[in-house]
Amino acid sequence: MKIFKIAFFAMLAFASLLTANLALAADVTAAAVAPTTAVAPSVAAVPAAVVAPAEVPVNWHAVVMFLIFVGVTLVITYWAATRTKTATDFYAAGRGITGLQNGMAIAGDYMSAASFLGIAALVYMNGFYGLIFSVGWLVGWPIILFLIAERLRNLGKYTYGDVVSFRLSQGPVRTMAAISSLIVVIWYLIGQAVGAGQLLHTLVPQMSYQLSIVIVGALIITYVTFGGMKATTWVQIIKAGLLLGGATLMAIGVMAHEGFSFAKLFSDAVAAHPKHLDIMKSVVPIGAKANPIESISLGLTLMLGTAGLPHILMRFFTVTDSKAARKSVLYGTCFIGFFYVLTFIIGFGAIVLVANNPAYVANISKSVLDLKGGGSMPAVYLSHALGGDLFLGFIAAVAFATILAVVSGLTLAGASALSHDIYARVIMKGTATEKQEVWVSKMSVIGLGILAIFLGIAFEKQNVAYIVALTFSIAACTNFPILVLSIFWRGLTTRGAVLGGYTGIFGSIGLLLIGPTVWTKVLGMGPAIFPYDFPTFVVLPAVLIVAYIASVTDSSESGKKERAAYDSQMVRAETGLGSEVGASH
Amino acid sequence: MSELITAKILKNPKYLQLVKQRDTFAWTLSAIVCVMYFGFILMIAFAPGFLTQPIAADSVIPLGMLIGVGVIVVSCILTGVYVYRANQTFDPIVNEIVREASK
Repeated sequence: MKIFKIAFFAMLAFASLLTANLALAADVTAAAVAPTTAVAPSVAAVPAAVVAPAEVPVNWHAVVMFLIFVGVTLVITYWAATRTKTATDFYAAGRGITGLQNGMAIAGDYMSAASFLGIAALVYMNGFYGLIFSVGWLVGWPIILFLIAERLRNLGKYTYGDVVSFRLSQGPVRTMAAISSLIVVIWYLIGQAVGAGQLLHTLVPQMSYQLSIVIVGALIITYVTFGGMKATTWVQIIKAGLLLGGATLMAIGVMAHEGFSFAKLFSDAVAAHPKHLDIMKSVVPIGAKANPIESISLGLTLMLGTAGLPHILMRFFTVTDSKAARKSVLYGTCFIGFFYVLTFIIGFGAIVLVANNPAYVANISKSVLDLKGGGSMPAVYLSHALGGDLFLGFIAAVAFATILAVVSGLTLAGASALSHDIYARVIMKGTATEKQEVWVSKMSVIGLGILAIFLGIAFEKQNVAYIVALTFSIAACTNFPILVLSIFWRGLTTRGAVLGGYTGIFGSIGLLLIGPTVWTKVLGMGPAIFPYDFPTFVVLPAVLIVAYIASVTDSSESGKKERAAYDSQMVRAETGLGSEVGASH
Repeated sequence: MSELITAKILKNPKYLQLVKQRDTFAWTLSAIVCVMYFGFILMIAFAPGFLTQPIAADSVIPLGMLIGVGVIVVSCILTGVYVYRANQTFDPIVNEIVREASK
């Protein structure tokens, strides 16, 4: 523990040094560009070619608010580190999180930059189409509550691998579960890291893309290694509060601008958008051909993928009991639902206030929609249109906090799959001490953090649009069906779970590789062999069939024992008898 | 958990009834959410014209937007319904079963 404390202070010193340097560098540039901005407050006056990053003034509000957030979260991390002693503290915050706290943390874990900036951007470009994502990303939650949350809390210890391997053979089932968790976590991390790098670099151009990602990585490693789940939870809670507050303010700003009339908001948006009334009819992205199967597959993926994300499932082990798990989903669902309705208003508000505005649009003679700094910026610019630099600074800091909170949750989920499933149960077969396991976990956090930094930098110029499809497809086709089968179907055996699970992993990856997003757009290999972006409608039934056939044809002795063990698993799942005890208050 | 307690619970008719009752409730609610959501998705896939019709002759707001927001709101309400019933009805039964078995 002592070595960690020393390392913690070293990291703290490093972080403050880094930020101080950054502030200094920014100060100099700000002073240098100050006269220019005073003369030409509108960037429109500057020809597009001259708008080099160095000429953009530093948004001091953003930097200051960002530093405050980092400072507060580091203090929390220190507090959490002094209270993180056991493995249960590290992985599950000592199981002392209340329902309301976990509901906020769930919202903070789940509302990623992809849902905040992403849905707003989808609505901004396509109108109605963005709503499909809002709805699809929400309806997974009631299903999690009705079928999974309480049973997961009753059966598991730290990971979803605990639950699927509850009565099955530890080695093969945990290996499969850990592999699928890690694939989801690592790809999700890449998406978040690239988003963070681009966002930070756009807002504070004096800071390079690489440095932005290194800062994100260093902060995450600090939070999670020292503060474990406690720090992660509180970072997520604060972030959820900031994000909900910020989005509410933005939506109120938009509605105030539109005289609090939805009719006016939507008709103004139709008038402002170059596709006019088409934005109200876009059941597929504007310009794309209607494709019923794709729509259905997208719908399946969004809903079931949510219920299979390892970092989300892990949150249920942090609460005191199944009752708190249940409550936390109710709170989480309401926060997330409210937030998604807000992003929809924000997206339409951006059409009215950001599109056509030469201050934000990259080249207005070419397109009135394409923004400076890329596709994820509509919500960020909307905040500027509504509340100037101060509000932009706030929203930018919120977006950054969002990424940090999601990445912390992901990193911890990935590390727990490596340490708790692979190291402690598969390699050491349960003989590792708690201390060793936590140590491996911390090393995994550092490893994953560094990996995220490298991959984030490597993927800077890559098209990362397929990442959402990839992660949600694997979660929907592997984690979700195997989890549900293991809880509800007596007949599932190790053979069925493992073969079904790998069918999900390789099926999703394989079909994504030969699908339009990767095969055509990323690899440039011409028309896709598999013509759909989302493979769930093929892979999910395949997983169920494989798991079913492999299980019913399994006449081995161990298979019989596994079926017989279902009864006592069910008693524990239904009553909570024997489940991990929560902290008392 | 001792096997004795498990065996006791498995023989308790209250347990069997609880499981049946709660499963029916949970799967019914899940079915409602799925029907609602996949109804929305199937309309997107096969009847986009229905969703894109304006809610009134002089309005640009499509019907699908109200349906979509409706799905979100109803989902939140249903989670509330489940939590309420679980707290009121199921938890006391679970506690009773556990108490009886631990005797």
